[in-house]
Amino acid sequence: MIQRTDNPVVEIHDLTVSYYKKPVLWDINLCLPQGKVIGIIGPNGAGKSTLLKAIMGLVIPDNGYIKLFGKSLDEVRKQVSYVPQKESVDWDFPASVLDVVVMGRYAQLGLFQRPKKLDQEKALECLNKVSMAPLAHRQIAQLSGGQQQRVFLARALAQEAQLYLMDEPFVGVDVATEKMIIDLLQTMAREGKTIIVVHHDLQSAAHYFDWSMLLNMRTVAVGPTQDVLTPALLQETYGGKLTILSKINDLLKEQEVSPRELT
Amino acid sequence: MQQALAEFFSFSDPNIRYVLLGTLLLTGSAAMIGSFALLRKKVLVGDAVAHAVLPGVCLAFIITGTKHPVPLSLGASITGWLALVSIDQITNRSKIKEDTAIALVLSVTFGLGILLLTAIQHTGNAEQVGLSNFLFGKAAALVSDDLKTLALLGLMLIIIVLLFFKEFTLVAFDKAFAQASGLPVRRLELLLTSLTVLAIVVGIRAVGILLMAVMLITPPAAARFWTNHLPTMVLLAAVLGMIAGLAGSFVSYIAPAMPTGPWIVMTISVVAYGSFLLAPRRGLLARRIRQRKHQKKTLTENILKLFYELGVTEGSVGTKRTLYDLLKSRSMPTSRLVAGLKRLQKHKMLQQEGLGWRLTAAGSRKGKEISQRHHLWKLYLTQHLKTEADHTHEDAESIEHIITPELAEELRGLVKLPVTGKSTTQHTHWTFEGAGQGQPVKTPAGE
Ligand SMILES: Nc1ncnc2c1ncn2[C@@H]1O[C@H](COP(=O)(O)OP(=O)(O)O)[C@@H](O)[C@H]1O
Ligand SMILES: [Mg+2]
Repeated sequence: MIQRTDNPVVEIHDLTVSYYKKPVLWDINLCLPQGKVIGIIGPNGAGKSTLLKAIMGLVIPDNGYIKLFGKSLDEVRKQVSYVPQKESVDWDFPASVLDVVVMGRYAQLGLFQRPKKLDQEKALECLNKVSMAPLAHRQIAQLSGGQQQRVFLARALAQEAQLYLMDEPFVGVDVATEKMIIDLLQTMAREGKTIIVVHHDLQSAAHYFDWSMLLNMRTVAVGPTQDVLTPALLQETYGGKLTILSKINDLLKEQEVSPRELT
Repeated sequence: MQQALAEFFSFSDPNIRYVLLGTLLLTGSAAMIGSFALLRKKVLVGDAVAHAVLPGVCLAFIITGTKHPVPLSLGASITGWLALVSIDQITNRSKIKEDTAIALVLSVTFGLGILLLTAIQHTGNAEQVGLSNFLFGKAAALVSDDLKTLALLGLMLIIIVLLFFKEFTLVAFDKAFAQASGLPVRRLELLLTSLTVLAIVVGIRAVGILLMAVMLITPPAAARFWTNHLPTMVLLAAVLGMIAGLAGSFVSYIAPAMPTGPWIVMTISVVAYGSFLLAPRRGLLARRIRQRKHQKKTLTENILKLFYELGVTEGSVGTKRTLYDLLKSRSMPTSRLVAGLKRLQKHKMLQQEGLGWRLTAAGSRKGKEISQRHHLWKLYLTQHLKTEADHTHEDAESIEHIITPELAEELRGLVKLPVTGKSTTQHTHWTFEGAGQGQPVKTPAGE
């Protein structure tokens, strides 16, 4: 089931992505509406992170196109903010909490421009929104998992974007942080921002997201959460129905050809 | 020796000035760019590039027949670059992992370099004397022509690093985010690696091919121990690199036959090991001291708690207790117990009377506080984390010593306290008036 929507913020058409010729996303099609908190849900290795990376231009697709606000990524990059998985960086890096949040301003600043007082203030404001302002000068090495996630969130807020893509923001965070984050995201959605969140806990997904996408190498379903998180569709996502697809993948890998070359 | 020192450091000899200035720029700039290599975890690549420089130097010499620094540096850069590209291609196009690719490229290129060098040495060309200085570096052999070129390159390197500091930082910390926010990450990485190649090409004259990687990595690694602030770290790395460069060029001055590289590397290694041992907070010694402090604190707190809890069970906290009484209730090495008792006495938490000790008012307050922290934590574990009650004790034994007064306050808000009177005899002392709310009692060992 793929729900269509008018004026989508994200539109993906026939997207296929592979690593070393092994496809991990097959023919993804979707349209996501504005002003919603949208969950991308699927088992481990389903390609959720890869989908976000493809949207952000961090992996090159074999096939298909992605439009954001009806335009190409490069035209609207300043309105899009990406929050990587917090495990993707080394937290022993010599930087303070404030330093990291100010990094959210670098793109706006442009080359050779040093961050100014205004940027520092903006960063502090964003830290305040995630209740981290008192820790602004703490070393990032000393943060707990929940605090790390808040810092990443604050850095994204500092970008002042319209569309946010977050990879597993609820992994390894405490209950209080999880609640704070989801409240903040829902507030942002009410202000018209669109928030896409990779998530793998089904229990909370039903409460957190206005819209959901079930993904397992292909789009299983996209639409309002109550229509998507049904037992049948979940079974399709998490059950063993994809064996054919994985078999084809293995064959492709053996032959060292990518789907691009097949068409 | 003294005279040589005085002569060297008066910098009156223009030759000394050149060599020194050159060496300082070489080592300083290498350390700066090395900081980013270290943070990007690209340390080994630097080593491979350094080794891959040798065939380039030899080829340039064979082609031009001179040791002029420009063609030699050019040749060095080209093969250094090719090595980088090969490592990249091997890792991207095959399943070979980066470390294997590095080892492959390093050994092949260096082998080739040695082959060429040997061949050149057998030609009997008079010009070739000194080419082997590239292996271990020789600052004193730098002539002013070399120095002008090298110093210029070193200066350029420093300026570029300063110009792109912000971008390099972001790429080093979070490449995906940098790319997503629209920074030209590929080009920045290209620039970073090119600068690394350049630093190596420039630096090998003083440090030598074999030890060049050390000069990239060790100064920033040592600097990292002293600071958590990246600009400070890069600056400090440059300074440490320069100190090593200074030592190296001095040795080169008093013993011209001696290669410089090993001396530079020895100096910086001493600095690095010194930092590793002595740096505040991150250093080994500081960590040991912290551990010792914590052990002492744990011991004294345990003794106070023992006094207090024994008192509560028996109904009188102020009772005098002998070593024997204490050991009966809690086994620990007697010598440690005695040491702890003495310390507590010194801090006026205990008072010695004949063969026994008695809690002072302060000691009793403190004992109560610790005992409460212990039970608070146990309650928190059972009520909030659903831990089985009989598993909580051991955990609380260690956690009670690290809970701060603020955290205790927070826990107090979270757990449901047993109602006094109804509780078991163990917990009859469970009242909270005052304790921990006012000024925390100073921990004797925590001072
Ligand atoms: N850089 C990579 N190189 C090779 N394979 C990768 C890479 N990143 C992810 N994969 C593979 O692609 C598949 C999808 O990964 P990912 O998008 O991270 O899934 P998810 O985020 O849903 O857990 C997995 O099988 C994973 O092993
Ligand atoms: Mg993932």
